Amino acid sequence: MTATLETDHLALQFGGVNALSDVSIQIAENSLHAIIGPNGAGKTSFFNCLTGYYRPTSGAVRFQGSEITGLDAAKVAALGVRRTFQNIRVFPKMSVLENVLAGGHLRATSNLVSIVFAGPGFRRQERLLHDEAMASLEFVGLADQWNNLAGDLPYGMRKRMELARVLIAEPVVVLLDEPAAGVSSVEREELSQVIQRIHDRGTCVVMIEHDVDLVMEIATDVTVLDNGRIIASGLPQDVRVNPDVIRAYMGRERK
Amino acid sequence: MSTENLLRPDRINVSAFHVVRKGLVVAFVVAAAFLPQMTQNQYYLGVAFQAEMLMCLALGLNIVVGYAGMLDLGFAAFFAIGAYTTGILSTKEHWSILASIAPGVVVAVISALIIGFPTLRLRSDYLAVVTLGFGEIIQAIAINLNQTGGPTGIYAIPALTIGSVVVASNTGYYYVFFVLVVVFALFSSRLRSSRFGRAWLCIREDEDAAKAMGINTNHYKLYAYVFGALLGSITGSLYAPALTAISPASFGFSESLLIVMAVAIGGLGSIWGVIFGAAVVEIFPEVFRSFAQARLLVFGVALVILMVLRPRGLFPERAFRGLGARIQSRFGPTHVTSPLQVAGDAGKSPLDES
Repeated sequence: MTATLETDHLALQFGGVNALSDVSIQIAENSLHAIIGPNGAGKTSFFNCLTGYYRPTSGAVRFQGSEITGLDAAKVAALGVRRTFQNIRVFPKMSVLENVLAGGHLRATSNLVSIVFAGPGFRRQERLLHDEAMASLEFVGLADQWNNLAGDLPYGMRKRMELARVLIAEPVVVLLDEPAAGVSSVEREELSQVIQRIHDRGTCVVMIEHDVDLVMEIATDVTVLDNGRIIASGLPQDVRVNPDVIRAYMGRERK
Repeated sequence: MSTENLLRPDRINVSAFHVVRKGLVVAFVVAAAFLPQMTQNQYYLGVAFQAEMLMCLALGLNIVVGYAGMLDLGFAAFFAIGAYTTGILSTKEHWSILASIAPGVVVAVISALIIGFPTLRLRSDYLAVVTLGFGEIIQAIAINLNQTGGPTGIYAIPALTIGSVVVASNTGYYYVFFVLVVVFALFSSRLRSSRFGRAWLCIREDEDAAKAMGINTNHYKLYAYVFGALLGSITGSLYAPALTAISPASFGFSESLLIVMAVAIGGLGSIWGVIFGAAVVEIFPEVFRSFAQARLLVFGVALVILMVLRPRGLFPERAFRGLGARIQSRFGPTHVTSPLQVAGDAGKSPLDES
């Protein structure tokens, strides 16, 4: 079995603080891999190491077998590793459609001459991208919002727009940082369905999520981080009853 | 539905408002084209072509500040490079003005790369300080070099000749710069609706998130800087013959600031905004001439009032869209056609294709 994403004894230190230590994880092809753990466990730091936002202190990150440790974030994204952000990072003064088109940035390859003279190649490519951007918006149920400013969308819609922006890039693996955080129960249900449909398309999904019910419902694998270390990993139903996991979440029993 | 509309789904929303808008644009351009026929007053024409020149510079800076969001306080440097290259080549080497544009562009682009490559990774305030320094350096070079004529500058720059036509009047330069404004505006608008424009706006809005789109932010910042330098130096190359004499005093910090002002007052990133902003910045001080000594004071007060009333500029990005929506909500239902309906089978979700 080849792992889509793989880390090898990954460690990350900020000064004297060990944000991550000895994290070795294998994210299987076509899996929907959830990463859970209490606040401050190092989940987002781990995502940042995977996507080139942080350079790990030691250890390696591999994507489809080749090493991507320390690669620039834009290069990692170009390989097909796409992410969303915990605090949602939309481009507020661009329209929803343009936000999604920006996600397809690397698929727009027209040269400058073609762009300046609106050559047929450029027109064809932009039309295709517009169609696909609209299809991505349709996929997350936001097609009717295409002409609104992203900054004007309510929270839940921004989350879905971020998903559409990731999808237009036809990523190999999608990393979602707390997709269901702060959304209403109705929106949570919609998001859960969208995530499952992304997975059903054959895209590998890695998600950080606090909502344990959601994780148990859709994840195929679960890894639990606590204090920057992996304390458990495996099938959702096994992890759920793991005593270390229960201790990390609920605290230690008093002696 | 024409392909043009498919390219810009935000234009599909066909309404009376859009027809009116298009009419206004055409009327404005036609009126501007016939301005020299409406007045023979050389003073008015002089101010008008100075305004056009500032529009060209502001359109160049708009790519850097308006689109990519990098505050450049030394933009006059590229203007100076174009003007001096043309000035030197036409007086000392007897090049024609048109032929001297290209070397000016080459020098400007090379300087932009040299300055931009190490510094553009800096953010906001730091970048502003570095570019300000660059502007000062170019002015200092112009003052101290023999080839640039020192503090007196270069004079007796020959007139611009296009084929057998010699451009030697205010009217002539009015039309030269009129064409330049139109070309620069179209160029900016093409870039804006391409991957370049989107990448620049992403960088302006959120640089870290831009990287997650696969945008090589350092490259695109450099592109913005280079395109700005390109437009700045072409303007400079045509400014030299229009004024027939250039001196370092015209390319100082105050000129850079004037260009930034034009962009900010008009509306960052908005082509029409920038054009009107430049007109305001150039024409206001002339209108206030009756205040004599106090004219710049009145100008300053007017600018402050303007920024209080319209903090995002005269015509900010998408200003017309908001206005259109308001008009439509007052006069009946909106007729927004989704590009899905226009584009036929685009309604398929990506799911169906895989």
